[in-house]
Amino acid sequence: MNNSSLEKEYVPGTHPNLPPPVKTTGPLAWVRLNLFSSTLNTILTLLAFWFLWEILPPFFEWAVVNSIWTAGNRQECWDQMSSPALGACWAFIENRLSLFTYGFYPGHLQWRVNLSFVLLVLALIPVLYENLPYRKYGFIYSAVFPFITGWLLVGGLGLERVDTDQFGGIMLTLILGVTGISFSLPIGIVLALGRQSKMPVLRILCVFFIEFIRGVPLIVLLFVASTMLNYFLPPGTVFDLLLRVLIMVTLFASAYMAEVIRGGLQAIEKGQHEAGDSLGLTYWQANRLIVLPQALKISIPGIVNTFIGLYKDTTLVLIIGMLDLLGIGDASLADSQWAGLAYEIYIFVALFFFLSCFGMSRYSLYLEKKLHTGH
Amino acid sequence: MDSPSAKTELTPLMLRLWRNQEHRSKIIQIITIVVLFSLLGMIGNNVATNLEKAGKEFSFGFLNYPAGYDITFQPLISYSPTDTHARAAIVGLLNTLLVAFSGVIIATILGFTMGILRLSSNWLVNRIVYVFLEFTRNVPVLLHILFVYGIFLYTLPVPKKAISISDTVFLSNRGFYTPTPVFEDGFKYVLIAMLVAVLIVFFFKQWAKKVQDSTGKIYPVFFISISILIGLPFLTFFISGTPMSWETPVLKGFNFKGGTSIKPEYIALTFALSYYTACFIAENVRGGILAISKGQTEAAHGLGLRPNRTLQLIVIPQALRVIIPPLCSQYLNLTKNSSLAIAIGYMDVVATIGGITLMQTGKEMETMIIILLTYLFISLVISAFMNWFNRKMALVER
Repeated sequence: MNNSSLEKEYVPGTHPNLPPPVKTTGPLAWVRLNLFSSTLNTILTLLAFWFLWEILPPFFEWAVVNSIWTAGNRQECWDQMSSPALGACWAFIENRLSLFTYGFYPGHLQWRVNLSFVLLVLALIPVLYENLPYRKYGFIYSAVFPFITGWLLVGGLGLERVDTDQFGGIMLTLILGVTGISFSLPIGIVLALGRQSKMPVLRILCVFFIEFIRGVPLIVLLFVASTMLNYFLPPGTVFDLLLRVLIMVTLFASAYMAEVIRGGLQAIEKGQHEAGDSLGLTYWQANRLIVLPQALKISIPGIVNTFIGLYKDTTLVLIIGMLDLLGIGDASLADSQWAGLAYEIYIFVALFFFLSCFGMSRYSLYLEKKLHTGH
Repeated sequence: MDSPSAKTELTPLMLRLWRNQEHRSKIIQIITIVVLFSLLGMIGNNVATNLEKAGKEFSFGFLNYPAGYDITFQPLISYSPTDTHARAAIVGLLNTLLVAFSGVIIATILGFTMGILRLSSNWLVNRIVYVFLEFTRNVPVLLHILFVYGIFLYTLPVPKKAISISDTVFLSNRGFYTPTPVFEDGFKYVLIAMLVAVLIVFFFKQWAKKVQDSTGKIYPVFFISISILIGLPFLTFFISGTPMSWETPVLKGFNFKGGTSIKPEYIALTFALSYYTACFIAENVRGGILAISKGQTEAAHGLGLRPNRTLQLIVIPQALRVIIPPLCSQYLNLTKNSSLAIAIGYMDVVATIGGITLMQTGKEMETMIIILLTYLFISLVISAFMNWFNRKMALVER
């Protein structure tokens, strides 16, 4: 008769709120629900734990606990460990950081690269932040930025000239990536509009160009740029290799961009075009003010994916002998002083690319959410 | 004096044409054609002068000359340095196709597995797969290839200390060695048994469908088919007295002799391309399955279908329609990315004819044209096949 309190009768509506059953809330319930909800799940969880146990502690020991941060060469590095190659030799990266950043850019002129990095950040601000005051003027600066930086890096017109074959490392990666990204979008828009055009000649031309580029690997196009393109130019023309590669990378990305934007354009219903026509807008006005803003908004994920793809593809230039970040990393593996430290290099380069690409994809998610006008 | 008609007279003809939309589009097209052809003419002219200046002529005759270089990996057709450049190119092309083919299969299996694991209700598995996917997708594929190849070169032992499984399978920094099956006389019965098994399964399936249509009785078609397909050849194999032996690799000198050797370049390239592509496929699979509204599953459950049948009959057929188009472009990407082979010295079509042949003969134009056409052809074939498959799977609306 002790459970009289349980059996106590309440007038409807006066029963005190009881806590939920223990099994359904709190960390324990979460574990039950998310890790051990069925036999299969339990097995999977145990396998996952075993996998993490095998991978994480050894990696942590190698990368952090036993790692060496200052040394002059590999031998010095390994002398500091109880046995060779027990830990990571991050000293390698530290030692070569300037090479990885500037390539073979002359030391006394590296301020020009630094200044370009700063200018790049400044150029990104108006593009990324919507609430910036005087954003219009910021855009003008962002548009002329590639040309300013081009002059700054190459020189001429009062600055000491630097040959483009001395470019390398992160700097070259960024040059390729930023140029490709900033020029492939407008060219891609034009190509996509051309593919939708009512004029058969333009349409066929655009289709042919897009399908040709998309059917061929980038590396083959780079080979074309480095070997065959010279035959197309008037005899005696000297055409910088970096410029040729930049053009190829940009054209390559624009073909993919065109397809992404075409998808967006096709999603815009005909009524939008007709509304533009009935308002008396010209073709370009209608596209600029009505169709493209909507089409581009829909295609943001695709556009950013193409950017990321382009950015990752810049590494291919190492095959035609240009030393971007991966190229320099790979080349320094052959350095007798540091030979055999492949993991350190690859992890460093992978982290660099991961951070930039992951950042881009996160920003695209944010942008998507912000522009989502959901119905 | 200034009548409207006189004004029209005064407006230049060209301007009037320009203001008419129809004429304007014609003018633009004519200008485009003229510019295009003069550009092409100029390029052709430049090519002719440049070639003449370099003392070269445009001809594909070099393809018939002996190549004079060795190709270390030629599993499909035989090749020796005395063979022609054309044969070297074909060996390269077959190597490309081999990587593409095996890569596509592995990537599909890995991709679907990861895509489904990503949807798992198991939080830990879900997160591990997510981290792996994000990391892999955001790192250049070339780095993956170099990294996997690097593991082979730097961490695997030399052949003398090769990792072995019961002395039949060896893994060393020179590659992966497995025993080669040697077929004896009686093996043809096994082949016949395989053929018979396929026929039986084919007719069994039709019969089972007929039975299901008329009586509603469902046979476990999948398991019966699988057991026939595997069981019958095996049974024949043992009855006919195991007409097959294995030639195991043996360490001789600095490397293994006998058996089948798979070069590290091939393994590294295929493996890296597969898991890289699989990460993209996984996202497509996940998206495809999520695109099927929950109502479909609930309706199937409401009809009394068990979860397995629901997945098999309701969710997967619909999800495939969403998954196939992006899957097609992933296959194309993998095939095109296989051209990165040149970075680790795997002799694919770019490395043979676009690399060594180009270097030896100096025929930039011709070799590049061959490679461009080859890739365009491969891409067209793959996309034609996938379009056909897509049409077959597509929703047929009334």
